[in-house]
Amino acid sequence: MAVLLLAESNANGLNRDATARAITAASTLGEVTVLVPGAGAAEVAGISGVSRVLTAEGDGVAHGLAEPLAALIIGMAADYSHIVAPSTAMAKNVLPRVAALLDVMVIPDVIAIIDADTFERPVYAGNAVQTVKSADATKVLTVRTAGFAAAADGNTAPVSPAPEAADPALSAWVADHIADTDRPDLTSARIVVSGGRGIGSEENFALVANLADKMGAAVGASRAAVDAGFAPNDWQVGQTGKVVAPDLYIALGISGAIQHLAGMKDSKVIVAINQDEDAPIFQVADFGLVGDLFTIVPDLTSKV
Amino acid sequence: MKVLVPVKRVIDYNVKARVKADGTGVDLTNVKMSMNPFDEIAVEEAVRLKEKGIATEVVAVSIGVKQAGDTLRTAMAMGADRAILINVSDDAGTDIEPLAVAKLLKGVIDAEQPGLVIAGKQAIDNDMNATGQMLAALLGWGQATFASKVDVEGDTLRVTREIDGGLQDITMTLPAIITADLRLNEPRYASLPNIMKAKKKPLEEKTAADYGVDITPRLTVMKTVEPAGRTAGIKVASVDELLAKLKAAEVL
Repeated sequence: MAVLLLAESNANGLNRDATARAITAASTLGEVTVLVPGAGAAEVAGISGVSRVLTAEGDGVAHGLAEPLAALIIGMAADYSHIVAPSTAMAKNVLPRVAALLDVMVIPDVIAIIDADTFERPVYAGNAVQTVKSADATKVLTVRTAGFAAAADGNTAPVSPAPEAADPALSAWVADHIADTDRPDLTSARIVVSGGRGIGSEENFALVANLADKMGAAVGASRAAVDAGFAPNDWQVGQTGKVVAPDLYIALGISGAIQHLAGMKDSKVIVAINQDEDAPIFQVADFGLVGDLFTIVPDLTSKV
Repeated sequence: MKVLVPVKRVIDYNVKARVKADGTGVDLTNVKMSMNPFDEIAVEEAVRLKEKGIATEVVAVSIGVKQAGDTLRTAMAMGADRAILINVSDDAGTDIEPLAVAKLLKGVIDAEQPGLVIAGKQAIDNDMNATGQMLAALLGWGQATFASKVDVEGDTLRVTREIDGGLQDITMTLPAIITADLRLNEPRYASLPNIMKAKKKPLEEKTAADYGVDITPRLTVMKTVEPAGRTAGIKVASVDELLAKLKAAEVL
């Protein structure tokens, strides 16, 4: 069986980590051909488990627009039994469109591959795990990257252009507004420090950021903190934000609502610092510290 | 321009879903159900377009059990003009797949000819995040998913989308499909007088057969289980103790 994998790549660059994790998952299904719609074809060719790299060009394709990317994938789909991508915002935009054009269902957020047509995926904000068996001819799926290790380097797969496909010209890219940051990427960071409503203000979020910077960690936030304007929305961890599974997750002033837990409960070690000792976050935390985070966090930052 | 808004009746977002002991699914008996939160945002955006004079009529559509009629009444209390209920099941535990929903919605759209469809980005029960994209594909329309800002200028749509790492602006030609992200707007509460008025608004009932759509699932759910639970943790008394524990756990 052959697998077509859509790399997480655009004109701004390649997300090597997400792509390499999806390659690990896809390799269990068959020979992997990676379609790179933006930058980083050479880097992808170096990842173990890749047998071939195809590159595509064009403004729409390189900015992740669904219509031209879906048209491109559809043109190649007949050669593949599985079409796979890491479950990022780009893939979630494109793959359901591809699936509908092939008249098959999409299988989003796969956390385990049982066999070529049986998959596990979380539902109800991660409160249940479904095992689904697909009856479709082509399996179109996105994989939740937190559940798979990143494939290593040490490969030299051939790179060639993908077959041309006409852009349906239904939408046009205008601009991207990407936040500049030196911190590690939230979804692949080894340590994540997150702040919630308990942080109190945008200024106080510096407490969270200082601890994160001292630990070399990524900064996250709960939906409450984002909605209150304390943190930008791409920091949001949860069902409607990013799903993370770092080695260490530190929750500061986060109560632990269902929607937040869905985004972080697969972390290896969870630490909660909260002044409410009955906060639900303590039910999932390996280590809890009850107290005022405005005295605890600076103390922690100085001692790490 | 007519605006169509698909809405879904789902378990209330504050309720923790309980998995049935026999592994057949999630227990939905005697559980509070509500409109999917992202669909409330979609309805709100459609109503705001009507208040700006851009939309002439807002039509809400729901697919599922008869009780989804309540969800449609909520949409009408928020300002939708009329509603269509496609009754496809007698059992609230039967979740119709996004592909079948998209095909049914295509049937509605072929009949209603809206200029714009606004859907939620995902339903909080199956967490699929697929129906809007699938519908756009079936119609051959453009799609603007995860929208946090929408401007309609004549027959052009300008949308700001939430992408990983930031935002993206795109333009598209109408007709098109938008899927609403959380930050698109703050949905209004339905006032009591509007709830009373909504009871008099038209609600048309249909079946899947009316649209000639086969709703047989493509994905068979073999089993539904609880995720692996976390072992109970401990409370520490001080920062020093916490750091010692983290070092012992080899995560620092």
